[in-house]
Amino acid sequence: MASQSKKVLMDPLFNNNPIGLQILGICSALAVTTSMTVALVMCLAVIFVLCLSNFFIALIRNQIPSNIRIIVQMTIIASLVIVVDQILKAYAYNISQQLSVFVGLIITNCIVLGRAEAFAMQNPPGISFIDGLGNALGYSVVLMIVAFFRELFGAGSLFGFQVLTPVSEGGFYEPNGLFLLPPSAFFIIGFMIWALRVWKPEQVEQDEFEIRPNVNKEAF
Amino acid sequence: MFEELLGLFITAIFVENMALAFFLGMCTFLAISKKVDAAVGLGIAVVVVLGITVPVNNLIYALILQEGALSWISEDLAAVDLSFLGYLSYIGVIAALVQIIEMFLDKYVPKLYNALGVFLPLITVNCAILGASLFMVERDYNFSESVVYGLGAGIGWALAIAALAGIREKLKYSDIPPGLRGLGITFIATGLMSLGFMSFSGVQL
Repeated sequence: MASQSKKVLMDPLFNNNPIGLQILGICSALAVTTSMTVALVMCLAVIFVLCLSNFFIALIRNQIPSNIRIIVQMTIIASLVIVVDQILKAYAYNISQQLSVFVGLIITNCIVLGRAEAFAMQNPPGISFIDGLGNALGYSVVLMIVAFFRELFGAGSLFGFQVLTPVSEGGFYEPNGLFLLPPSAFFIIGFMIWALRVWKPEQVEQDEFEIRPNVNKEAF
Repeated sequence: MFEELLGLFITAIFVENMALAFFLGMCTFLAISKKVDAAVGLGIAVVVVLGITVPVNNLIYALILQEGALSWISEDLAAVDLSFLGYLSYIGVIAALVQIIEMFLDKYVPKLYNALGVFLPLITVNCAILGASLFMVERDYNFSESVVYGLGAGIGWALAIAALAGIREKLKYSDIPPGLRGLGITFIATGLMSLGFMSFSGVQL
């Protein structure tokens, strides 16, 4: 049991990362990563929602009729997100303003529904909770790495503290504004997936086509 | 009035493109963009669903959830603020409407139903749909604006996914480093498209 829990917890971190391999939950990964503080709050919100939704759905998995299961799952997830949203508005109003609609979009974050469908519907609550935690952490790892690069190069700071002093304040660093704009997030995740797959070659996707070397030289 | 709506429409398609500027609906965007015809089918489905759900959610927000919105029932309810129930109602409306559209198409327009196939149920969990409703609430659109915004956002998303599918169909014949194959190169291609769409961001209407 202990080894199974460990596997369920650790696998999504690198071996079966929700963003890197399962193509789940990408929308918010790109949008909230301009500063590390905001990304961290988003990660905590997702960890909370994903663990509890997996737990509660697993708890009532035998009572849910299969043809309306999506609506039931959605209701549970949406209620949890409302709780998160209200807490953020009460205690971290500035950050909730920066996250704007993306807190609400945790509802449609495919990781949450995907794990509910794929894991929580078949497994008991305890292990589902751990699966939720593992996947949320795998998501958080990617989010924090992307936010680290975007904030460091885009604004020269980390968690709001100035690390590289910009030229405008007498330092040496010229902030690269591109990193704060949407396209950079795509590039960073693209290169991150490349790095991950060089490290773990079994994740490389096979081509649909094999490109043959050109043997017919007379054609040229 | 008309010019304002036209401006909103163009802004929603190009300047504030759902997929490339706000990253909404990325999961489906990346998963179902391998073939152009599938991508176009999904795009059309998104336009239809967005064009209906955003105005409906607008009505629900304006008549039921907004602070003081219930005063049309009785004066006593004028102080009720149900806006915290927003997420739950919007996702409920979207899920129900998608189901209704699916049944309607199955019965009366089977050809379109077969063309859209598996994509319709998938749309419920597409963040672009919920995102458009949330943006509509955040920006205080009225009813006519929400119709235009819903359609514009849908068309913008459809345009982006069709374009990406076109690029990916060409890409599959190219020799890509093993680690970048599939998802990696798709991200980078999307990033380049997003850069292209940013050139619209200075457009004033």
